[in-house]
Amino acid sequence: MSSVANTPVRLRGVSKRYGSTLAVSDLDLEVQRAEVLALLGPNGAGKTTTVEMCEGFISPDAGTIEVLGFDPVTDNARVRERIGVMLQGGGGYPAARAGEMLNLVAAYAARPLDPAWLLDTLGLTDVARTTYRRLSGGQQQRLSLACAIVGRPELVFLDEPTAGMDAHARLVVWELIDALRRDGVTVVLTTHQLKEAEELADRIMIIDRGSAVVSGTPAELMSSGAENQLRFTAPRRLDLSLLTAALPEGYRVCEHTAGEYLVEGKIDPQVLATVTAWCARLNILTTDLRVEQRSLEDVFLDVTGKELRQ
Amino acid sequence: MTTLFPAGTFTPDPRPNTVPQMIAAQYGLELKLLLRNGEQLLLTMFIPITLLIGLTVLPLGDFGNDRVAVFVPAIMALAVISTAFTGQAIAVAFDRRYGALKRLGATALPVWGIIVGKALAVVSVVLLQALLLGGIGVALGWRPSPAGLLLGAAIIALGTATFVAMGLLLGGTLRSEIVLAVANLLWFIFAGLGALTIETGTIPRTLCWIARLTPAGALTEALSQATTLSVDWFGIGVLVTWGGISAMAALRWFRFT
Repeated sequence: MSSVANTPVRLRGVSKRYGSTLAVSDLDLEVQRAEVLALLGPNGAGKTTTVEMCEGFISPDAGTIEVLGFDPVTDNARVRERIGVMLQGGGGYPAARAGEMLNLVAAYAARPLDPAWLLDTLGLTDVARTTYRRLSGGQQQRLSLACAIVGRPELVFLDEPTAGMDAHARLVVWELIDALRRDGVTVVLTTHQLKEAEELADRIMIIDRGSAVVSGTPAELMSSGAENQLRFTAPRRLDLSLLTAALPEGYRVCEHTAGEYLVEGKIDPQVLATVTAWCARLNILTTDLRVEQRSLEDVFLDVTGKELRQ
Repeated sequence: MTTLFPAGTFTPDPRPNTVPQMIAAQYGLELKLLLRNGEQLLLTMFIPITLLIGLTVLPLGDFGNDRVAVFVPAIMALAVISTAFTGQAIAVAFDRRYGALKRLGATALPVWGIIVGKALAVVSVVLLQALLLGGIGVALGWRPSPAGLLLGAAIIALGTATFVAMGLLLGGTLRSEIVLAVANLLWFIFAGLGALTIETGTIPRTLCWIARLTPAGALTEALSQATTLSVDWFGIGVLVTWGGISAMAALRWFRFT
């Protein structure tokens, strides 16, 4: 396979400025085929600008963008034929019924998915005859998702796919995105919900003020910088000299708070075994033994210096 | 984990449909939306029909013996303005507000397909208006010559193009609430300007010529003359100018959102 087929989305040094605001700054990004990439960031971070540049709605001021091997602005038609797009806040003829809107978009494809089935799956059958204008925000979102995937695209851009949806609808959408990846569809989604990124994404890119701050798999992000702490709970005031001696040089052990112990150093399986062996020698049962895992929320706070939910 | 979606449900196969089929779908929905919209029907059908019957039957003003021959082309001109200008401007403004155009701009439908779909829908409604108003005119005693009808059809086509361009310019550049107000206000002004060109007996000539410089006056005059087998080159020039300038401005400033 060519590299284009394996890397359907490629951004190099992309910048976009609105007046004095730098919406996207020198962004590099690659998305692999059949991968779910989440762009995570607070409102105004540049997520929508980034995906709308990939969709060809906005021209970058600097850098290059390749989508399926084409420039999405100059070769817009060739890109649009093969991608599915869910715009932030949806979009549709205000007076068209939900069913009519989906049928229209389905008619643009030679072999679309069955619109009636899609409406049913997304819980829209009851409102199929309701005009777009009268749909709730969550229903408009689901219709927009249906429009994005009805043409069997190979790459979909989902801008805030579950914003305004209730918990049940959100789960259906998560399941659908999972099925898209399984069937070989590449998915780029934006979200400001950590849980969504954690649940769905193969890779997360945290962006803030238009720049990629950090990227990696959810597991990588959550373990980075935290794999050097082991905590456990045990009776108070244990003699720690034996444990210190058993551990390799450079490790620090202390009773962090009363009954809660902290081992600092690179925590690997051997270190874990040493600690539990020491506990066995003393015949104590440790409770709550854990290698520190940072939550995505901690990572986010660390790299952007701000709370995500604001 | 997925039970809702068997494996292979979403296997990519992104082939676009043929362009004629896309356009057919686009035209079908646009036409349905025009014919289903109560306010549009009021403006495009009921008001013109009521005006035609009322003005022909009621003895208001001095319009000679063949009143229906005066009012069929004049009311038809107003009907064209309703559909092509006021109706389109408002529809496009609300399409933009609800993100319809951007939504379609993200699909395989070519951008010109959106315009062709709308244009075909407008042409269909104008044709329907012509048949209805012409038919009612005939029922009221209107007896146009076939050549006059042919010439009239050409003027209607030109007028439709001019007013669609103006409608797209208005509807594609301003906020929907403003478009709603301005498009309706302009409908009344256009109706008045059109009327100024027919009642030639009591209206100062200068005022009449000013009216004929506007697209509404030009269309009314050109269509009236066409039905009497006379070509109003002045009116045609005025329509082409307004249409051309509006189309160029619309191309320059039209916004999808």
